[in-house]
Amino acid sequence: MATEAIDLGALASDAREELAAIADEAALEAWRVAYLGRKGRLTLVLRGLSELPVEERRRLGGEANQLKEGLEAALEERRAELSEQRLAATVETGRLDVTLPGRPKRIGRLHPVTQTMREILGIFVSMGFSVAEGPEVETDYYNFEALLLSKDHSARDMQDTLYVDIQKDGEYPMLMRTHTSPNQVRFMEQHQPPIRVAVPGKCYRNEATDPTHEWMLTQVELLAVDDGISMADLKGTLFEFAKRMFGQERRTRFRCDYFPYVEPGVDMAIDCFICGGSGCRTCHQEGWIEIMGAGMVHPKILSDMGYDADRYTGFAAGMGVERICLLRHGIEDIRNFYANDLRFLEQF
Amino acid sequence: MRVPLKWLADYVPVTLPPKELAHRLTMAGLEVEHIHQIGGGWDEALITVGEVLAVEPHPNADRLRLATVRYGDAEPLTVVCGAPNVAPGQKIAFARAGAELIDGHSGEPAVLKPAKIRGVESTGMVCSERELGLSEEHEGILVLPDSAPVGEPLARYLGDAVLDIDVTPNRPDCLSVLGIAREVAALTGHSVHELEHTYEESDEPALSKAAVEIADADLCFRYVAAVIEGVKLGPSPQWMQERLLAAGMRPINNIVDITNYVMLEIGQPLHAFDFDKLRGHTVIVRRARAGEKMTTLDGVERALTADTLMICDAEAPVAVAGVMGGLESEVTDATTNILLESATFLAPNVRRTSQRLKARSEASSRFEKGLSPELALVGAMRAAKLLVEVAGGTALHGLIDVYPNPAPELHIELTRKRLEQVLGIDLPTSQVRSALTSLGFGCRWQPPDRYNVRVPYWRTDARMQDDLTEEVGRIIGYDQIPTKGLSGEVPSAVPQPRRELRERLRDAFAAAGMQEVITYSLTTLDLLKHVMPPEDLATYPPLKVVNPLNADREYLRPTLKASVLNVLGANIRLREGEVALFEVARVYLPNGNELPQEQEHVVGVVAGRREDRWGHTGDEPADFYDAKGYVEAALRQIGIEAAFNDATEFAFVPGRTAEVIVDGRRAGTIGQVHPSVAAAFDIDQEVYLFELVVDELLASVPTIRPYEPASRFPPAEEDLALLVDPDLQADRVRALIEEHKLVRRARVFDVYEGDRIPAGKKSLAFSVTYQAPDRTLTDEEVAKARQSILERLKREAGAELRT
Repeated sequence: MATEAIDLGALASDAREELAAIADEAALEAWRVAYLGRKGRLTLVLRGLSELPVEERRRLGGEANQLKEGLEAALEERRAELSEQRLAATVETGRLDVTLPGRPKRIGRLHPVTQTMREILGIFVSMGFSVAEGPEVETDYYNFEALLLSKDHSARDMQDTLYVDIQKDGEYPMLMRTHTSPNQVRFMEQHQPPIRVAVPGKCYRNEATDPTHEWMLTQVELLAVDDGISMADLKGTLFEFAKRMFGQERRTRFRCDYFPYVEPGVDMAIDCFICGGSGCRTCHQEGWIEIMGAGMVHPKILSDMGYDADRYTGFAAGMGVERICLLRHGIEDIRNFYANDLRFLEQF
Repeated sequence: MRVPLKWLADYVPVTLPPKELAHRLTMAGLEVEHIHQIGGGWDEALITVGEVLAVEPHPNADRLRLATVRYGDAEPLTVVCGAPNVAPGQKIAFARAGAELIDGHSGEPAVLKPAKIRGVESTGMVCSERELGLSEEHEGILVLPDSAPVGEPLARYLGDAVLDIDVTPNRPDCLSVLGIAREVAALTGHSVHELEHTYEESDEPALSKAAVEIADADLCFRYVAAVIEGVKLGPSPQWMQERLLAAGMRPINNIVDITNYVMLEIGQPLHAFDFDKLRGHTVIVRRARAGEKMTTLDGVERALTADTLMICDAEAPVAVAGVMGGLESEVTDATTNILLESATFLAPNVRRTSQRLKARSEASSRFEKGLSPELALVGAMRAAKLLVEVAGGTALHGLIDVYPNPAPELHIELTRKRLEQVLGIDLPTSQVRSALTSLGFGCRWQPPDRYNVRVPYWRTDARMQDDLTEEVGRIIGYDQIPTKGLSGEVPSAVPQPRRELRERLRDAFAAAGMQEVITYSLTTLDLLKHVMPPEDLATYPPLKVVNPLNADREYLRPTLKASVLNVLGANIRLREGEVALFEVARVYLPNGNELPQEQEHVVGVVAGRREDRWGHTGDEPADFYDAKGYVEAALRQIGIEAAFNDATEFAFVPGRTAEVIVDGRRAGTIGQVHPSVAAAFDIDQEVYLFELVVDELLASVPTIRPYEPASRFPPAEEDLALLVDPDLQADRVRALIEEHKLVRRARVFDVYEGDRIPAGKKSLAFSVTYQAPDRTLTDEEVAKARQSILERLKREAGAELRT
């Protein structure tokens, strides 16, 4: 083989020209085989070196090896270029309309009363209150008598009661509970102070309905009994609740009210979170919105439970979950909650 | 309680604007619900006090007359008047054209316009009470007292603000103007003008003509009677009528009006008997006797029970004590002599009686809250004075006062410690004393640590230390009390597994894509009949309420099915796509004479058609497997695996219904609601319903889920298509495959029936995962396992490998 036949310059320019024209991965591989493969042109040159004279071998070997490195580098470079071109092409052809809707997944929602109830309980649980539930069908004793509402107490008129049609001695001893307070009594019967408990649940009133009254309602009541609990603790607890539920900047107000099972008894209002107290539709121009009844547990109830009423004091408070929910969302009619129109429920 | 401020001002200076006064009363526990402005709409220039100068007949109408009215310095006006009672010299309310009044016929607001009435021009009107919005009275014109100053704006002369106060049941003393005055005094730093009770009496002692006896002293604590002779029955004076009207009571005649006036003024209900109709001139207070009857003022003959307290004369009952007078002894036009009753009855007895007779009245609603016997004496004196001074009667000397067991004055020891213990603030002695004395309590500081508090007679609600604590708190204002967070030991949390599971189920069903609903706990028998078998309804009739306000809420539901279907029915027509709803609530299972068993149930319904990628409704209806998918997803989230077995159930389609089995217990039902049942709920498409009993799941909830390390060795997967009898259930095959010790999991992925397989067969395709925890399985091991599974399937289930 004549040394003149080995023209590295032509090989190099052929290789680089061809490489520049390559447009896909397959051609790239063919090119590699043609030059750098086992029978590639450059490989053959390198393999033929041993047959050359020492001088020649040294000179040509150096150039050929240099060329091999150069072509390998060019191959990788070209491969990278191609891959980038391909990606660029994909971006062009594979462009998505990101504004198209996602594939629909069914979304279930909890009823707004459930959601509000959870928020309320969450706040009180974080303050160390347990949650206890009791029966919705109650005895007259737990719903009224044990709460100092004897049969002939005129305050019974404050809550119209649905009685269950089972007679005992000419009376109806069972009723749909009118508040969750009976379960405070049940809880006290089973526990000793210190007590911190929230009692949630459905209650029933035999009332005609209107935009602010519903005959089935959901309450959360609180009870705390311990040595040293005063109205200051009641204020602090309810104030904290109001801030978490209706905003940190809320102010609260207690006004005197009457519930037979507390003494003193109060109503708690928050300053209107819509108008900040200047008067609007939500607060009926009052600037204040009453959200809870509360008070110090009547000492007779504590002593009836076997507690030392001189030592232990307690507070109780109660609120309507629907009312809290209605206020927060600006719902104009409480009857929406149990009408269960999906167009209403799906907004929460 | 309606309190006209002009009346209130008789007893306490009213120095605050009505709104501010209302605010202070409200904060102190006497909630002012509304401030009613009498004459708020009366134009000061156009509606004034007038004087009728002359009355002439109308030239063209017999029933109309022409009244000439002076109403100020201007020329008198002659107007047409239809009222029969108009007369010269009267002071009247006169409105001129342009004034806004109430139309006497329609009751709507209307502007008075000049009009020609039967040919006579009239540019003003002599007003009736109805036209002024004072009452419904439209028979005649409103006649003002002679002292009314002509030309004065009527709004200034007759206008007033009336506070409508929601008095809580513990404060019967505040069902009176005087009671409110005492509160106002305490809240504004004024003192109350006490009433003065002297009046003229004849020399003849009342006791010489009348006798009073209390036979049942347990029900009547005190009975005070005054005898007034020679009263002149007639209308009460204008001022009294105005006040009664402003307070919301209709004037009747001077005798009745005086009893009502005194009741509204001081809170003591009174009753006036025609003295001459009391046989034996005797009053006996006793329980009714067996078989006794009496006709009450409203003309109803009442059968009396033995615990009804009666006011009787020498022969028979003449009134139901504290509730209603009798017709026979009623004051009539012919009455000249009166026995006035002012008494105190046992509150619960009055309440029971008035409820039984369905005769609640202003009087009974005061008695039933508990009044002081002291008030009875005050009431008798006050009314006697008015009967003498206003109704022209002569009072016989002395009151007949029967008070067998006088109640001692009540004193309460209030310790400083208790005040602080309850209110959370240590108050200075002076502040406590001034709060209590401003309300009429006596308060003496007894060093070193307590107050001796005398309770005024009218405060029948103040019986113990904490009642006084409340008085102090509400007078100083609760804003004075500091705000503290709860300190002290935090009690350990009470476990509540049932509630926790229920709430997790709610979350799980919502997470699976179902919407939660909450429906009423009471329902109708008609709805229940659709979803409960008649024999169950007959054997365990659902509980019902005695006094439903409405037939829609009569029965305590023993199932949620009807309620949730009802919601679906109401919503399904508004929906195109799939509707999946669930409710978690209690059902009430009758339990003899005991409280019902309250069980927590979950009921879900699925209907409608599935939606495609674009949210379009396709043709495929949601089916059994959608409903089952929700149940499986939710239970799995809790960590519960359920099995589903064929079941037959009322209201479901046979062959498309299963019982849900959890750890061998039946925990619920799932299936297609029978189309006839669906139709009853106004649903005309396939509906699938499931019901789960929370309590049946409770025992199966893993508290801490077991952990199993993932195998380090790769699984081998292969598909097996099997030909089986069409009746063979996939789960049976799955269980058989999974019983092989090298099978980790088998999952059905295709069911085929059709002409590509032999007739009378179906094809079930399973994806089987083989895996061992300790080694990589070889092809030979897998082949051997498959062989053994196929043999077992053939032997036990008649299954052949589909080739």
